[in-house]
Order: sequence, then C-alpha cells, then structure tokens
Amino acid sequence: MTESRIAEIIIDSFWDILIPGLTVTIPLTAISFAIAMVIAIAVALVQFAGIRGLRQLARFYIWVVRGTPLLVQLFIVFYGLPNAGIRLDPLPAAIIVFSINEGAYCAETIRAALESVPSGQMEAGQCVGMSYMQIIRRIVLPQAMRTAFPTLANSLIAMVKDTSLAANITVTEMFMVTRRIVARTYEPLILYIEVGLIYLLFCTVLTKLQSLGEKRLNARGMARR
Amino acid sequence: MMLEIKGLRKSYGELEVLKGVDLSVEKGDVIAVLGPSGSGKTTMLRCINFLEEADGGSMLFDGSTYEFGHVSRREQAAFRKRTGFVFQNYNLFLNKTALQNVTEGLIIARKMPRELAEQKGRAALDKVGLSDRYDHYPSQLSGGQQQRVAIARALATDPEIIFFDEPTSALDPELTGEVLAVMRELAEEGMTMLVVTHEMGFARNVSNKVIFMEHGAVVESGSSADIFEAPKEERTREFLRIIEEEKA
Ligand SMILES: Nc1ncnc2c1ncn2[C@@H]1O[C@H](COP(=O)(O)OP(=O)(O)O)[C@@H](O)[C@H]1O
Ligand SMILES: [Mg+2]
Repeated sequence: MTESRIAEIIIDSFWDILIPGLTVTIPLTAISFAIAMVIAIAVALVQFAGIRGLRQLARFYIWVVRGTPLLVQLFIVFYGLPNAGIRLDPLPAAIIVFSINEGAYCAETIRAALESVPSGQMEAGQCVGMSYMQIIRRIVLPQAMRTAFPTLANSLIAMVKDTSLAANITVTEMFMVTRRIVARTYEPLILYIEVGLIYLLFCTVLTKLQSLGEKRLNARGMARR
Repeated sequence: MMLEIKGLRKSYGELEVLKGVDLSVEKGDVIAVLGPSGSGKTTMLRCINFLEEADGGSMLFDGSTYEFGHVSRREQAAFRKRTGFVFQNYNLFLNKTALQNVTEGLIIARKMPRELAEQKGRAALDKVGLSDRYDHYPSQLSGGQQQRVAIARALATDPEIIFFDEPTSALDPELTGEVLAVMRELAEEGMTMLVVTHEMGFARNVSNKVIFMEHGAVVESGSSADIFEAPKEERTREFLRIIEEEKA
C-alpha cells in the first residue's frame, strides 16, 4: 500500500542521503572551515596589529564578502570564472567559496575577541621580556580563541547547513542527492523533511561537541571572561 | 648609582602628568613612593620601563644611558629583561598556570631550557609560599595568591630591580598581609625595589627611603626616618596627617 511504499522510500533513501552527507557535506564543511580559520586568524591579526596596507586590504576583503550573497559568490566562482579562463571542479569551487566566505565572518569574531583581551596581558608579557609576536602567539591569541570559541562553533554549525547551497553548483552533497530522489519518487514532503532531519542530527552532534569543548576549557581554568 | 632618572616628563595632551621627576636608586634600596591619587606615580613607573613613552628626560641604568623618547624596541626589551614589574591588578597570564606564568619569561623570552626554568619557577613559587599551587590557573587563586605569583614571576628572572605599582591596593585587607610579608622578606634579602604604595607600615618599617610626589613632581625625598619623623615640607606633613587620620 502507499504507507508501506512511503516507509520503503524513507528507509531506502536514508542511506542514499546519509552517505553523501558523510562523504561530501562533512568533509566540505571540515576542510572549508579549517581553511577559513587560517584566513580568519591572519586577517584578524593584521588588523589587530594595525599593519598598514594589509589592514586596509583586510577591511576591503571583509566588506566585499559580507556584502554579497553566498549564492552569488558560488555562481561567480563556478559559472563565472570559466569565462576568465579559470575552470574549477564543483567541489574545489565550493571549498574555495566557503573558505573565503566563512573566513571573513570568523575574522570579525576573532578580531573582536583579540580586542577584548585586557591590555594588561600584553603589558605583563612585555615586562617579562617577551617580544610582540611571542605575546600574541602564546598569550593574547589563545585567550581570544577561548573567547571566540562559542561564536566560532555557531559559525561552524551554520556552515553545515549552508553547504546545501553547493547543490546549485552541482556538488553532489546531501541536498542535491535528495532532490534527485524527489525527482524520481515524487515525495518532496517526506524526503525534504528527511534530509532536514539529517542536517538536524549533524548540528545536534556539533552542539554537543561544543558544550563538551567548553566544559573542557573551563576545567582547565579557562572560563570565558 | 644603579638607576638614576633625570627630568622625566610626560603629558597626556594638555595634561602635564610628570613635570621633570628626578630619582636615584642605589643597589639594595627599598624606596617607597608616596603621594595622593593622581599625582603621577603609576605613570612614572610605566615610563621607566617603557610601557608608556615619556616625552623627555633620561635614565642611567647600570652604566647605560637611555634618552626617553629615543629608546629602540630592542633596548626596551633588554631593559625589561633585567627588571621586574608587579602590577596593581596582578596581570597574570590568564591562560597559564601559576608555574607557567613564572616560566614563560624564562623559556620563551630567555630561551632557558624547560627543565631549568621549571626548577627556578618552582623555587620562586616556594619562596612566596605557593608550593601547593603550581598547577592552578589565576581564576582558581585568591587575589593575594595571584599577586604572590606575580611577584614570583618577577623574581624568577633574577632582576636587578623590581618595580611595584600599589601591589596591595586591589586586595581585601585580610589579604594584604601575605603580600607585604613576601615583600618584606625580599627587602631583607637585599632586593632592590621601587614601590608605589599606600601602606604606611611598609614605607616606615621596610623601606629605607621615601619619595613623596604630588602633581607630577617630587615634593620631598629622604630616608624613611627623616620623612616620617621630621618632614620638611608642609605638603608632606599634611599628607601624612591625612593618612594617619584615615587609619584612625
Ligand atoms: N592614559 C592616560 N590618558 C590620559 N590621562 C592619563 C592617562 N594615564 C594617567 N592619566 C592621568 O595622569 C594623572 C596621573 O595618573 P597616575 O600616574 O595614574 O597617578 P597615580 O598613580 O599617582 O594615582 C591623572 O590625572 C590621570 O588621570
Ligand atoms: Mg596609580
């Protein structure tokens, strides 16, 4: 009957959707976020240290990225750049865009966190003879990352969901696969709810990891100020 | 003379905070700097170790001359490596344990082998009575304990002089005693110290010299006995009287 047909679709499609979730959505998120963190720390630091030239460049980058839609950025890189002779596969294109996009938002988070570290921390470092770079690397940045942790974790969670936009540039991640199954079975309500629940599962796991991480940091005496 | 400062000047915009301060410190001196709030005591200490850039004046330290306003980063760092600084609000590294706070300047700034640094760090913490707190983070320590870690941090680098900026002012009264006891012990061992303080007991009984500052200038200086028993300046007398009255 139709009920057993629906149950069959749900069960059959579950693995078909979950597998690209595990093999595409999660790696896409993890790699992009890792690159984004490198960008964000560098961009935050050149602003914090007030390095002339680089600081303006950092502001320009953040201004452009935050002022344009993520979907438009994906289209420019994947559909637009070939006209300029740069042809990228869907997955690398997605990684590049997500990294650059997320990097701008996280840079702002980290910059604010750097500025919230009390100036006495820098002064104490100077007084024991440490250099500026040593103080940044060992004292100020670790404290800023602790402060930024919850916000960065939120950004990561948001990013898991945003990777569904990569379906628009033919990356076969979870949402793309779901759309294909819908086209075959004509069960959009059930299947889109199903993929939504899988995103929810991923995000729930990350939320749990976030609170575990905070507990561990607090246990190490690093309660958030 | 171990440290000699001449004509130290500093303004914040229109506000002239230090109006040509002279000061000399001999090896083994424990000098108490007294003066009402806002008289420029903190600014003076911060200018001396270059946390604040002074506008003019000069400093002689261990044979080298420093012209304020013309001291390179490298010279500043070299000066700081040979001096210690204790802040009013401790400024312990919040992401480091007590022991790491003490060893950081040794391992990172002085490239001392970790083993040796930790040995020195533990000895410094033992000295300030914190042998059971090596692995505690600042947030797990009382104010008095934090300030003692800060003193150990300054001490571990074998400084030629330690600057203290009101080391007990942020502490509850019942915690000031433990910090003052440590400072008294250092004084007795011959450590050279320049101490901004409101603790009259310390100024009278521990320090050998007293400097009284007001409005960015030194009003009077001399031996502790002279300043407390026979102050020459009217302003000094008045300040000491007010302090006595506050205590009573
Ligand atoms: N960063 C600053 N900017 C402007 N004014 C300052 C600054 N630091 C100190 N002052 C002013 O300089 C004067 C001396 O301050 P301070 O050295 O802290 O005095 P004290 O330590 O003797 O209480 C005060 O009037 C204070 O308001
Ligand atoms: Mg002060």
